Amino acid sequence: MSDLVKNIFRLGVFILVQVYVLNKIPSLHRFIVPYLYYLFILWLPFTMPRLALLAIGFVTGLTLDYFKMTPGLHTAACVLIAYARPFIINLLMPKEVTEFTFREPSPRAMGWGPYAVYALILTAIHHIYLVLLEWLDFGTFLSFIIKVTATTAISMLLILTVELLFPRRMKYRTNTA
Amino acid sequence: MRNIFLFIQRYFVLLCFLVLQAVALYMLFQFNRYHKAAFSGVAQELTGKFNKQVDKVDDYFHLREENRRVHQMNDSLINLLKSNFSSTDTSIKLVTDSLKINDSTKSIRRYFWRPAKVVYGTTGFEKNYIQLNSGSKQGVADNMAVLSSNGTLVGLVVNVSPNFSEVMTLLHIQSQVQASLKNSNVFGKLDWDAKDPRFVFLKGISRDVEVKKGDSVLTSIYSYNYPPGFLIGTIASISTDKASGFYLLKVKTATDFSALQQVFVVENLQRSEQVKLDEDTKKKMDQQKK
Repeated sequence: MSDLVKNIFRLGVFILVQVYVLNKIPSLHRFIVPYLYYLFILWLPFTMPRLALLAIGFVTGLTLDYFKMTPGLHTAACVLIAYARPFIINLLMPKEVTEFTFREPSPRAMGWGPYAVYALILTAIHHIYLVLLEWLDFGTFLSFIIKVTATTAISMLLILTVELLFPRRMKYRTNTA
Repeated sequence: MRNIFLFIQRYFVLLCFLVLQAVALYMLFQFNRYHKAAFSGVAQELTGKFNKQVDKVDDYFHLREENRRVHQMNDSLINLLKSNFSSTDTSIKLVTDSLKINDSTKSIRRYFWRPAKVVYGTTGFEKNYIQLNSGSKQGVADNMAVLSSNGTLVGLVVNVSPNFSEVMTLLHIQSQVQASLKNSNVFGKLDWDAKDPRFVFLKGISRDVEVKKGDSVLTSIYSYNYPPGFLIGTIASISTDKASGFYLLKVKTATDFSALQQVFVVENLQRSEQVKLDEDTKKKMDQQKK
C-alpha cells in the first residue's frame, strides 16, 4: 500500500473511532475526554515536508471539528502540533531525514523511550492549547490544570495501548525504494 | 523589496503556520458568538450522512425501549378519545359547525410540532450538541424548541442545513432557558455549569417563594422559543446564592440526554411577530426619550 492510501485510510479510521467511540463513551469524570485522533499526525512519515504537515494537521482538526460542532478548536491544536513535530523529532533524534531506517515514528524506529517522550510532548502541547482555548470561554484555573493533566494521562495510556496492540509492521527502508 | 522576498522565503513555513492558526481561531470565535461557521452547511450535510448510517445500526440496540415508549404514548392518547366518555345528559347531541366565521372564540394555532430523529449526540463535553435528521427542507429553522418524545425539554435549534439540524441541548455552557416553578408560577433562568450532565441550575427565584424538593420546573410562558408548561425537571436540592440572596436550585433534568432517540421540533408560529413587536417597542420608547 502506498503511503498516501495508507494515510487516508488511517485518517478515516482515527476520526471515526474518535467521533463514534471515544466521544460517546460515558465519561469517567467530567474532566476526562479520551483523545486519540491526533496520533494520526504523530504517525505521519519522517519525510513529509513541513508545509504538507501543516496542511494535513489543518484538515485533520477541521474534520473532527465539523463532527463535534466546534469549528476551529481542534484545528488550531492540530496545526500547532503539526508545526512542532519536526522540532521535537530533531531534538530527540538529531539526524538527517534520509538517515532514518524506518519510514514513520514508532517505538521500533525510535526506541520506546524517545518515542514515549515524543508522544508525551506533542500530547501535552495539544491538550494544553485545546484546554486553554476552552478556558478563554469559561472555567477556572484549577479546572484547567486538572483537565490538562487528566486528559494527557488518559491519552498517553491510549497511545501506549494502541502501540502495543497494533504494532505497525514496517518494511526496512532500503536504498532501492 | 528583495529583503522582503528573502524574509518570506526564510520564514515561509512559520508564516503559513500563523495564517492557519489565525483561520482556525477566527472560525472558533466566530462560531462561539453566532453559532455559524464557514461551510457549516456543507459540512453538516456530510457529517449528517455519516451519522445517519451509524445511527441506523445504533437503532437496533434501542428497539425494545422504543416500543415500550411508543406503546405508552399511544395508551395515553387513546385514553383521551371521545368514545371513552359518555355524557350523562342523553339529550345532548354533538354537531360540527360547518360555518366558518371569524369570531373571537376561534382558536389560533400557535405551535406546530414536527417529528425528528436524533442521529448524533454527546453528553461528555462542555458544549453538547445533538444532530437531527431533518433540516430546512423539512421546515426546521433556527430558534425552534426541541422536546423529547415524552414532552420534556431538550434544547434549541441553532443551525440548519437542507437535511440536518444542530441542536444546542440544555447541557451547553451557553444555554439559557426561561423556566418557571409549577406550584407558584414564578420564573427564573436555567443554565448549566458544565459539571454533571444530570443536573442543571435554576437561578433568580427570590427567597420568599416556597420551594420544596421534588417540585416540577416547567418551561415559562414568557419565552418566545419554548412552548409553555412542558417539564424540564424536578428540584433535587435547594441552596441559596449568598451574593444575590436568590435561591440556587439544583434541577434533575427529566430528559435522559444520553438515550435520546425520537424528538419533536416545535415551531412558535408567532415568534417573528413577537420579536418584531418587542424591537418596535424598544425603538418607540427610545424615540420618546428624545
